[in-house]
This record gives sequence, C-alpha cells and structure tokens, in this order.
Amino acid sequence: MNTYFVIFFGAILINNFVLTRFLGICPFLGVSKKVETAIGMSLAVMFVMTVASVATWAVQEYILLNYDLLYLRTIAFILVIAVLVQFVEMVIQKTSPTLYQALGVYLPLITTNCAVLGVTIINMNEGYTLMQSTVHGFAAAVGFGLAIVVFAGIRERLEFADVPPALQGFPIALIIGGLMSISFFGFQGLL
Amino acid sequence: MKLVRLRYTRWFNILRDGISHKNPIAVAVLGICSALAVTNRVENAIAMGLGVTFVLMASSATVSLLRSFIPSKLRMVTYMVIISTYVITVQMFLAAYFPVISRALGAYVGLIITNCIVMGRAEAFAVRNNPRYSMLDGLASGLGYTLVLIVVGAVRELLAVGTLLNAQVMPDSFTTWTVMALAPGGFFIVGLFIWGIRELIHYHEAA
Repeated sequence: MNTYFVIFFGAILINNFVLTRFLGICPFLGVSKKVETAIGMSLAVMFVMTVASVATWAVQEYILLNYDLLYLRTIAFILVIAVLVQFVEMVIQKTSPTLYQALGVYLPLITTNCAVLGVTIINMNEGYTLMQSTVHGFAAAVGFGLAIVVFAGIRERLEFADVPPALQGFPIALIIGGLMSISFFGFQGLL
Repeated sequence: MKLVRLRYTRWFNILRDGISHKNPIAVAVLGICSALAVTNRVENAIAMGLGVTFVLMASSATVSLLRSFIPSKLRMVTYMVIISTYVITVQMFLAAYFPVISRALGAYVGLIITNCIVMGRAEAFAVRNNPRYSMLDGLASGLGYTLVLIVVGAVRELLAVGTLLNAQVMPDSFTTWTVMALAPGGFFIVGLFIWGIRELIHYHEAA
C-alpha cells in the first residue's frame, strides 16, 4: 500500500509531469487559455493515460518480452496509443454524445501528447508491475490536470495585464510555467 | 551581384525560413518539451539537436518519396511508423557509441516521435514537395532547432555549473545557480530567449 501512496503523490506533486519532467508541454501551452477547455483536456488525458498504462504493460509483458522484440518498444507503444485514442473516440461517440461534444476536439491531439508516451516508457524503465503502472499512469494524468487547470486560471487573469508585445503569448506563458515550477519545489520534502 | 541572386533561389528561402523566420521553437513554438528537458548541458543539447535533425531529414525525405502511395486517412499512422523507425535508429546509435549521453537523455530520445516539429514538417511540407526540397526543409528546421538548443544549453550550463562543454569557464569565485540546471531554469531561459528573438525579428503574437 505504501509504495502505491509514494507513486501516486510522487507523480502528482514531486515529479509533476509538466513542471518537473517537461512532458506534455505542447497541450499545456496550447489548450490553457480557458479553464473549461483545460478541464476537458485533462479529463481526456486522464482516461487515455490510465488505459494506455494498462495496455502497454500487457504489450510489453506478453508480446515484446516473449518474442524478444524489445527494440521495437517505441514503435509498438506509439501504435498502441494511436489505436487506443481512435478507439476511445469511437466508443465515446457511440455511447455518450454529450461527453463526446465536450472532449471531441481534444482526443486526436492526445496521440501527439508526449506525456502519454512518456508515462508508458517511464513505467517500463522503472519496472513497475501492472497495478503500479496503472496507479502511476493515473497519478501522472492527475498531476498534468492540476498543472494545466491552475495555469489556465493564471492565464485568464493575465488577459488584463499589460504585457510587452513581443513577450505576449508563449514567452510569458513559459515564464509563468517557471514560476509554477518553483512553487512546486515546495512539495519536494513531502515524501 | 551573386549574393542578390542567391536571395531569390528556393533553397535559400527554405533554409532561411527554417533557421530564422519560421524557427520551430522561437516562432512556431513546436517541440518545446525536449527543448526544455535536454538543455541542462551543451553536449546533451548538441546530441539531441543532431538526432532531431537526422530524424527530420530522413522522415521528410521518406514521406515525400511515398507521398503518392500514402492514403490520406491513414497518413498520421504512416508518418508515425516512418518517424519511429528513424527514432529507433538514433536511439540505438546513441546507446552504442555515446552511452553517457544516451543515459543523460533518457526517455527523451524515444520521445522525438511525439516531437511536433517532425510531424508538422511532414504534414506541412513533405507531402506536397519533392524529396530534395523536403530533405532541405528538414535540415533547415533541424538546424533552427539545434541552434536554439545549443544557445539555451550554453546559458544554462554556464550559470548552473560554470562550465561549457565540461571545460571550466567561470572563475572559481563564481557562485553557481543550481536552479538553472533544474526545471524552473529551463522555463525561464527558454521563455526569455523566445522573447529576445521575437523582439529582434519583430514577431508579435496577436493577443
């Protein structure tokens, strides 16, 4: 139980995917102009990352290790993720049109979210079991969601600030990211 | 006279766009993840930059060669297979010849696949142009990316440990800024760097 606790809070607060590991910066900067879109994106990512952790663990354990194909890991994982995203999109479209309306636009973007591929590779490098991978995948996505939603809140306020023209948009967003990253250092001694 | 004519040739324009006017990091803001993560040391930045440049050139050329055979519905998946083939090549090459750098870069070499620059160039340029120009376009974007990485890496290494390519540069009395080697340093330096470049080329994002 204790290891799960450490993995869970470690991935959310200490090794936050966006602010410490620099994974998933593109959606972090791209879809964080409004809090609602940020929440939609993070829900979609949460779902895909948890399922991807389970699916890639199975692929690694039953296909890659069994047939000694470990060098094909990256290509196998990205295909699994691409298929998964497509599949999730179709299932949501059929079963829950309202949810599809809310998440629809973000789903295709997730394939190129390096946080998803990143979490699966980190799971394998750390040698996590199936349960640990699942917890880590979910926690990493929660950490991503936390960072992106807080960031979107700050950016909404920033609309009213007087920023020099060349600093507007991405440069100022990166500097805010840096400040948030410093504030997350505060969690360093937590575990 | 020759210089003037040079400015109108196609390859010159492609090169200039990739390196400065449409620099993948400073103007288009693509591939930021790796730019933040691997720039804590210049040698990592160089290795990553060259790796991405190779993948860009090779995958642009391949996509361009196959452009009439790729069904448009399946093009994203096809690009991914092509790109990951080259990424695995880079991964194996680094692991075989530069094990230290390979360990320092860790998972980020594999993550070149999801680097939006590679996908972006394939989709925006290579599917519509012949292999020669596609390869040149890949080279230009790759060089633009590498240059930014090296400059950011140099600043961060200098401030964080006082060295450049592991050679001591700063005097012994220099107090190192450890934060530069950590995550916030990456955000700050890349943010300030993009600001500086945009100030120079007068590129302003519409607010």
